[in-house]
Amino acid sequence: MYGNLSIVDTPAGQQAADDPELLAAFEARIDRGEKIEPHDWMPAEYRRQLIRMIEQHAHSEIIGALPEGTWITRAPGFKRKMALMAKVQDEVGHAQLLYSAAETLGKPREAMIDDLLSGKSKYSNVFNYPALTWADTAVIAWLIDAGAIINQHTNAKGSYGPYCRALARICIEESFHLKYGYDNVVTLATGTPTQRAMLQEALNRWWGPIMHFHGPPDKVSQHTEKLVRWKVKMATNDAMRQEFLDTYVPKIWELGLTVPDPNLRKNEETGEWEFSDPDWDEFKRVINGDGPCNAERLAVRRMAEEQGRWVRQALRKPNHAYVAPLS
Amino acid sequence: MNEAAITDLITRLADDALIIAHRNSEWTGLGPMLEEDIAFSSIAQDKLGHAQALYNILHTNFGQPDPDTVAFTRNEAQFRCCHLVELPIGDYAFSLIRHFLHDAAEWVRYEALEQSTVVPLAQLARKIKGEIKYHLFHAKTWVVQLGAQGNEESHARMQSALNETFPLALGMFEPSEFDGELAAAGIYPGEGQVQQRWLELIAPVLEQATLRMPLVEGADLAASYGGRKGYHTVHLQPMLNEMAEVYRIDPAAEW
Repeated sequence: MYGNLSIVDTPAGQQAADDPELLAAFEARIDRGEKIEPHDWMPAEYRRQLIRMIEQHAHSEIIGALPEGTWITRAPGFKRKMALMAKVQDEVGHAQLLYSAAETLGKPREAMIDDLLSGKSKYSNVFNYPALTWADTAVIAWLIDAGAIINQHTNAKGSYGPYCRALARICIEESFHLKYGYDNVVTLATGTPTQRAMLQEALNRWWGPIMHFHGPPDKVSQHTEKLVRWKVKMATNDAMRQEFLDTYVPKIWELGLTVPDPNLRKNEETGEWEFSDPDWDEFKRVINGDGPCNAERLAVRRMAEEQGRWVRQALRKPNHAYVAPLS
Repeated sequence: MNEAAITDLITRLADDALIIAHRNSEWTGLGPMLEEDIAFSSIAQDKLGHAQALYNILHTNFGQPDPDTVAFTRNEAQFRCCHLVELPIGDYAFSLIRHFLHDAAEWVRYEALEQSTVVPLAQLARKIKGEIKYHLFHAKTWVVQLGAQGNEESHARMQSALNETFPLALGMFEPSEFDGELAAAGIYPGEGQVQQRWLELIAPVLEQATLRMPLVEGADLAASYGGRKGYHTVHLQPMLNEMAEVYRIDPAAEW
């Protein structure tokens, strides 16, 4: 699960200019729809942005395992317990695939984890919110995963081969998560009044984070034309948000649930969805560390890293050099 | 044949599988590396499936309630699991040693149950054994890796986890009042025999891992008994409360 494509950092300083001939050949390959592979020449900025993006995606998967993971031990009944275990396991598996894809660009997994724990590297903002009830896990598995699928399907058409291949596999699993989440939501929506109320409250809580999911509106989002040309960034935040609303709001309404936004409606003339502007100051605050669960998420991750260190050290072979994997 | 003997046997097997599945699943997101998160989750899913299938035999053939009701509504006194599976995940060394000792016992049990005269149990045992094979393979690989091929610290952690866990592991084989009857009817060889085969199975692996078996000739290690009679550690009831937290909001509702 991943969003926040919009967090594009600007280069810290002037970088050495790329060889114009190599750059032209590289861009021509991308124009022809070819994939760039790990040992191909690539501009330093392309490498840097991809590492940052894939790494953030990988972090989002392992941090994303935490809010739902805490409900594995409380899932009601064999069917849900089994499905939730498998779902969260998939997310951890996605992290593994993505760290491997990022490693092909030359940054080892340990270095990426270090940057996550130090706060240098970000992850999807939605996971800084708590899953307060069982119904929250249903809403996450349906709507957050749905948002992630839109994002990942789009990115799977990008230019970097290993990332695209990882995303293709991830999307197949995510579509099962979405089915699981929807089934769970339908069960609650058609269940007892208590179950229904629990679901509506969860949806109310998650609507803000869901609207934040694809990042700030294009008019304020800082992404460069170059990243679009290099097929690192594949679609605008607004376009992805519109696609999400167009597919899922009718389904939400169909279940008799309400969306906590009185201004949400589809403008039949433009075909675009209109909605109240989500609180983008909150979005920025949470990304920068001041959300309800930022500290807790990183603390859990840090604890797992520290407690497992002896195991990783016992596996280390001092004579083996680090080799970036091929994907 | 005494139905109580058969249902007691199956309940023990099912409760062990359910509780160890729950505990193993607690590693999700917290493992020492992503690959171990994923492995423990796979093993947990398999064991949860075993528990469900065993409760299903009780439901279909012996008139007990459906698996959800049995798993999510009983209190600790009604459970027949051993103490070993009840403990929290603790350090990875403990979880790994538990995984090894427990799954080796499962292997021996299901190998014997393949020949059981209770047909649905024998059929299920064949299926389950195919999965336990990989669980045990995973456990052995890691026990040898961290015991013999790691470093001083990993060896020390594994040895002390083994020492602490062994009395709990012996509790898996708490004798049953039905042992003689089950053996005579060709249903199950009885805990004494299963424990003996288990010791034969784990000894060469521990030797390969350069770990010392805590059970030495002549020494009397107190086995942690009581679980099979409904007396449990302090860890079980809180775990059951957590497991049923959502289910109990409305046990009649569909979830």
